[in-house]
Amino acid sequence: MTDLTDKSLVAAGAALEHVDTHAGHETNLGVTNAKLGFWMFLSSEALFFGAFISTYFLYRGRDSYFLKGPTPKELYNIPFTSVTSFILLMSSLTMVLALYAIQHGDHRRFRIWIMATALFGLTFIGGQVFEFTEFYRQGLHLQTNLFGTTFFTLTGLHGAHVTVGIIWLLSLYSRSVQGKLGTEQAEAVEIAGLYWHFVDIVWIFIFTAIYLVPAH
Amino acid sequence: MTTVDNAIALRPARQIRWLERPKRTTGVWSWFTTVDHKKIAIMYGTTALLFFLAGGIEALLIRLQLARPDGTVLTANQYNQLFTMHGTTMVFLLGMPLAAAFGNYLIPLMIGARDVAFPRLNMLGYWVFVFGGLFIYSSFFLGGAPNGGWFGYTPLTSTPLAQGFLPGRGPDFWAVGLIMLGIGSVATALNFIVTILNMRAPGMTLMRMPVFVWMMLVVAFLTVFAMPPVTAALIEVYMSRNFGANFFNPAAGGDPLLYQHLFWIFGHPEVYILILPGMGIVSEILPVFSRKPLFGYAVVVFSGIAIGFLGWGVWVHHMFATGLGPVAVSAFSLSTMLIAVPTGVKIFNWLGTIWGGAIRLKTPMLFALGFIAQFTIGGLSGVMHSIVPSDWQQTDTYFVVAHFHYVLFGGLVFAIFGGLHYWHPKVFGKMLNEAMGKTCFWLMVIGFNLTFFPMHFLGFQGQPRRTYTYAKGFGWETLNLLATVGAFIIALAVLTYLVNVIYTMRRGPIASADPWDARSLEWMTSNPPPEYNFAEIPIVTHRDEFWHRKYTEDDEGRLVRLPAGAAIDVEDPATQHGGDGDGGGDGAHGGGHGIHMPSPSIFPMFVGLGLPVIGYGFVFKNWWILGVGVALLLFAVTGWAYEPPTEEAVGA
Repeated sequence: MTDLTDKSLVAAGAALEHVDTHAGHETNLGVTNAKLGFWMFLSSEALFFGAFISTYFLYRGRDSYFLKGPTPKELYNIPFTSVTSFILLMSSLTMVLALYAIQHGDHRRFRIWIMATALFGLTFIGGQVFEFTEFYRQGLHLQTNLFGTTFFTLTGLHGAHVTVGIIWLLSLYSRSVQGKLGTEQAEAVEIAGLYWHFVDIVWIFIFTAIYLVPAH
Repeated sequence: MTTVDNAIALRPARQIRWLERPKRTTGVWSWFTTVDHKKIAIMYGTTALLFFLAGGIEALLIRLQLARPDGTVLTANQYNQLFTMHGTTMVFLLGMPLAAAFGNYLIPLMIGARDVAFPRLNMLGYWVFVFGGLFIYSSFFLGGAPNGGWFGYTPLTSTPLAQGFLPGRGPDFWAVGLIMLGIGSVATALNFIVTILNMRAPGMTLMRMPVFVWMMLVVAFLTVFAMPPVTAALIEVYMSRNFGANFFNPAAGGDPLLYQHLFWIFGHPEVYILILPGMGIVSEILPVFSRKPLFGYAVVVFSGIAIGFLGWGVWVHHMFATGLGPVAVSAFSLSTMLIAVPTGVKIFNWLGTIWGGAIRLKTPMLFALGFIAQFTIGGLSGVMHSIVPSDWQQTDTYFVVAHFHYVLFGGLVFAIFGGLHYWHPKVFGKMLNEAMGKTCFWLMVIGFNLTFFPMHFLGFQGQPRRTYTYAKGFGWETLNLLATVGAFIIALAVLTYLVNVIYTMRRGPIASADPWDARSLEWMTSNPPPEYNFAEIPIVTHRDEFWHRKYTEDDEGRLVRLPAGAAIDVEDPATQHGGDGDGGGDGAHGGGHGIHMPSPSIFPMFVGLGLPVIGYGFVFKNWWILGVGVALLLFAVTGWAYEPPTEEAVGA
């Protein structure tokens, strides 16, 4: 029985290897090492954010018993945050366009789209900086209450991830300008894209958890 | 590979202006830049054993303090530092890195690969481990070591320093250091997963892989998923202690139990991260010295996977005494009993492997047998903890200490020593002395059981753990003294091993190519293997491939040795099949069929060096140090990203 599955696995693996155009050399699963490794890394990251989102949910609304500091309702500016969130989500679209461009050898378009992605990301970070200072001005500090603690930690860590992503995108841009990023390096862009999309998806969860689920 | 179909394609061999690429693969400096998985494994192993000695000395000091009632060897604060560092060291600086050492050395050889998937990431994992370990240990000289236990329960560890119960910077070193070590472990685990799934030799299907490789695959998945929750918990502890965050502050509604959940959802899989490599090692040793295939290979593999899954559903049994309510406690009581099943299945598989075998009681085999016996005792006392009322009696007593030392010392450390003796000829090309090996084993068996068996009774008699002294008259005096004597016998056993290694390095006999009549691929190349492992990648047709190349069965089912010529690749792979392998293996030149090995790199070390600098910045809240560390990290990551994994010849 195992022999049969073994053979079909080998056959499936061989078939996949032919399809894969990015692989520098053959791999058993037909996915390149870099991509497989990066997916595993993202799964680890998912649990990292999962732990902080769980912490946020566990403590959500508990402050009402302690009556310290401003409440979320008084602080939120949901239209503003929705706009910056929308901009971040749109950066996933430009990321896809950038990858498409470099895979098809259009390096001029690639640079435009990768820069657009980085700028959208920067806009989002700008919005976050504004929001943080605004909340701080209105009296919400990390130490004020559980909301302050969990809000600043969760969104702050996400912001740090977006910042790393922006630096990554800009370095890809500069490599492209220096002529070091050819079509055969498209996988480097694809992996940066995986990271960028991941950070975006995490924001969908965080935005929902913090701004859309009503605190009681 | 470098088809230039585009004006701005990669220009090959652009020199890195600000740092010359290291090229040498010999000499002292090469150990800092190597990406060879075998060299990295030796470094992992040596460093982990050094930390093992440090952790052992801590244990001896603890035992000296407890040898007699009202001990005065240590103060309470020193005692707290030592038991915290002993636990932290043995889990994070011995258990995990030594598994990484075995995995690094053996996984590529066992699956017929030339190296791991990401050689530089591999090197990074090692440097993060070294610098992370030294970072935590440096706390001894910088205001006191961690003193809140290896589990670091809140609110003890999370209360701000100003009003803290714990003096010194220890808990900060501990939290930041463990986050760092976690980064290294995850990097290594990712590497193992990709290597095992993607780089197997032709015909090396998953169900033909040696059990050790399977167990390392499960361990790698556990590591990737278990480290993030504890990293989150440690960040929360750090922020609470240093910036007044309220995560675990009951006065603001925070819940200290959240920490225990996050910690043990890591901590229990961590137990399996530690023990599964040991199970893998034993599953390799037993068949070789019984001259039989592993009994029920598929069942061993699947029970390993089952342990990997069930390991996520038992963490609350560390928290039975916290008052979570009958439903939660009953559910986790059941799951704890359930996980004993696949573990028990494995024990029967090992017994079945030995049953009827032509057993040779060499040192590795002795350690493997010791593993089975002692691990079973530890497993049985573990099942006792699943019975909640019984657990309440045992919580925080020496019974628990006895239990987990039977699993982690009687189990893991015995498996490690079995593995060290078994693969020593492979790694160093020399045979260890059998007499000294057996002396080491018997000293360790006697010392270990003398130390930890009495602790079962001490626990039942109510001696609390983590307490620096005890008064006269509880009836604990004799057993504690026995335990201390045992601890020093263990030290003697470890010393015997070290003497054996040093002695045989100088005068030991050269090992033959296949000293144990082994079964798996790593023995199909020379001892020690060349840098490229196999001149020609073997094509695998069987589980226990090497064995099947040596032996066949006659009509009546008896083993018959195949003529020598049929066993290929044994003696000197570099000279055979000369047409395919150029035997160079230096990776610096790209001849048509030359073996391309990854080039050495200095950047993993710089990345590893940047992390503790950042760590000091966080611990002392000095943003200048932090900035220097971040700059170093950025510099190293940039250099890493810009250098190709394998240096191409100019104009290739």
